[in-house]
Amino acid sequence: MLYKIWMSIVKEFLLLKRDLGGLIILFIMPLVLVITVTIIQDSTFKTVSDTKIPILLVDYDKSSVSKTVFDNLQKNNLFSIVTQIDNKPITEEIARENVNKGKFQLAIIIPKNLSADLQAKIDQNVENIVNKMGFSDSIAKREKPKVIQQKEVKLYFDPAVQLSFKNSVMSSIDKMISQIETKSIYTTFQNQFGEENTQFEQQSFITFKEIIPKINNKEVLPNSVQHNVPAWTLFAIFFIVIPLSINIVKEKSQGTFVRLLTNPVSNLVVIIGKTITYSVICMIQFYMMVAVAIFLFPHIGLPALNIEGHLFLMSVVALFSGFAAIGFGILLGTVASTQEQSAPFGATSVIILAAIGGIWVPVFAMPKIMQLIAKSSPMNWGLEAFYDVLLRNVSFVEIIPKISLLFLFFIITTSIALFYDKKKRTV
Amino acid sequence: MFSLNKVSLDINEGQIFGLLGPNGAGKTTLISMLCGLVKPTLGHFTIDGLSYSNHSSKIKKIIGVVPQEYALYPTLTARENLHYFGSMYGLKGADLKDKVIETLDLLGLLKFADKQIHTFSGGMKRRVNLIAGILHNPKVLFLDEPTVGVDVQSKNAIIDYLKILNQNGTTIIYTSHHLAEAEDFCDTIAILDQGRIYAKGTPKTLIDATENARNLEDVFISLTGKDLRDVI
Repeated sequence: MLYKIWMSIVKEFLLLKRDLGGLIILFIMPLVLVITVTIIQDSTFKTVSDTKIPILLVDYDKSSVSKTVFDNLQKNNLFSIVTQIDNKPITEEIARENVNKGKFQLAIIIPKNLSADLQAKIDQNVENIVNKMGFSDSIAKREKPKVIQQKEVKLYFDPAVQLSFKNSVMSSIDKMISQIETKSIYTTFQNQFGEENTQFEQQSFITFKEIIPKINNKEVLPNSVQHNVPAWTLFAIFFIVIPLSINIVKEKSQGTFVRLLTNPVSNLVVIIGKTITYSVICMIQFYMMVAVAIFLFPHIGLPALNIEGHLFLMSVVALFSGFAAIGFGILLGTVASTQEQSAPFGATSVIILAAIGGIWVPVFAMPKIMQLIAKSSPMNWGLEAFYDVLLRNVSFVEIIPKISLLFLFFIITTSIALFYDKKKRTV
Repeated sequence: MFSLNKVSLDINEGQIFGLLGPNGAGKTTLISMLCGLVKPTLGHFTIDGLSYSNHSSKIKKIIGVVPQEYALYPTLTARENLHYFGSMYGLKGADLKDKVIETLDLLGLLKFADKQIHTFSGGMKRRVNLIAGILHNPKVLFLDEPTVGVDVQSKNAIIDYLKILNQNGTTIIYTSHHLAEAEDFCDTIAILDQGRIYAKGTPKTLIDATENARNLEDVFISLTGKDLRDVI
């Protein structure tokens, strides 16, 4: 039996060696994928970026508030401020048109008299408070307060920008406006009391600090590489479903599978041969991607993947994720009758598994029902096991439940494939 | 509906048994059952006294199957294909290598042993297809249209080799649409149609028993009619 398994492995490797397209899918595409996605994700999220997003600022206020907004946006490394197009000042109309056409992703319109009206409103409020506290001159005749309309800073977004970008920009601007208002309120109180010793401390009393986990007494700062490499490596490992299912469908259409059924060899030996071969492929893919992330990434401006002390456990997770992908590929190849069925279905189902597994959107950010579904995705088990090892520094014992689920998935899918095949051959 | 209905056959050791019939007659179904590819819903059969229900593995060791399609890996060489399929029959080492060389030589393919199958002509593929089924010297050999679509030279090479195998003790069960070939090659023939055996005997007895028949084709037409048998 061992010799038969060995010859099956040799045959599978020979078939792969002579399939250039298959080799590209297996080895080159995952590398291109992990490099491309990590570069994109890294530039999106890193705070010190070479690429700044140009935004339009239309200033109808031309006073202290608009100047503060301008200064704060300038200080923010994410944006570059554009106030003129073709050497002409921008109006709200021009800004809206440019943003709607997608030439700019954002326009901020600061309304007329914002600084003056804000100050007037704060003055009214402060005066009111001071009066109620009995600090004002009781003889002075109080004027009826002037009605000050609420002011609106308008934001125009390119309809194509993602919701996460919009939310993040709106949150930053909201914070900036709150700070300006707070500062103005403090200053107004200070002016009301008019004394030197009433200098208010304007710095935030409550601050926050992120406590970064330490491994071997060294802080491990999660970055886009630590997140992306495991996620996209897993995605690539699961893409083995496509060449594997095509391999099985081809065996059926060529008649070699039928010949094997008439030989004194069980279907299990054939499946073991394929499983071992494709597990080796998965591990080669995994080590190639890890090597690229460690050695190539620093040369293209990305942080290197830090796998210090984790390579063995990461290899275990990669191997068991590979088993799950292989089981799925065997099932798909067994059920599909043609390559036209197996290839698109394989590709689409891997993308769906990735989506519900949390490769793109974290599971905690999904709706409740999707969170439940995510828990049943083998890609989620693999991803969580990778994160456990790489970012949460857990031991082997703690990843046993997740890798057991991955192995169980392999056993179940392979058993269904064997059962289906046996049933199909019974007339 | 049954693909086969009340089929009863005895095939003796050492025979070359031809199974003839129009398209859809049930020949491939019968061969598939005998090879263990399809389980019968009713009835039973034995090969060398063994039945699939109890001795599937033993039967598969003593039978050889040459399917109608080229059941070979196109991107592997002839030698690689034969090493692989030979190893699945339990052959290994020098025995396997020598057997592959010997049969490739006998069928005129040794000089192409290291060429990939997809570069072969139809006749060459048929010969490799045959070798893949006989490397382990089977007691019983099933052939489903082994000479379909090949040139005369390849056909003669295949038939001559099958005759040698038979002389060495292999029982051959063979289906074909080439009635002249079957008449010359087989010592016993069964004509199957609509899942039933219509006639069985040596080619000569079948011809003699049919009025105005000069050859096996006349017997065949007489038993199965002239209607087209297109099946989907």
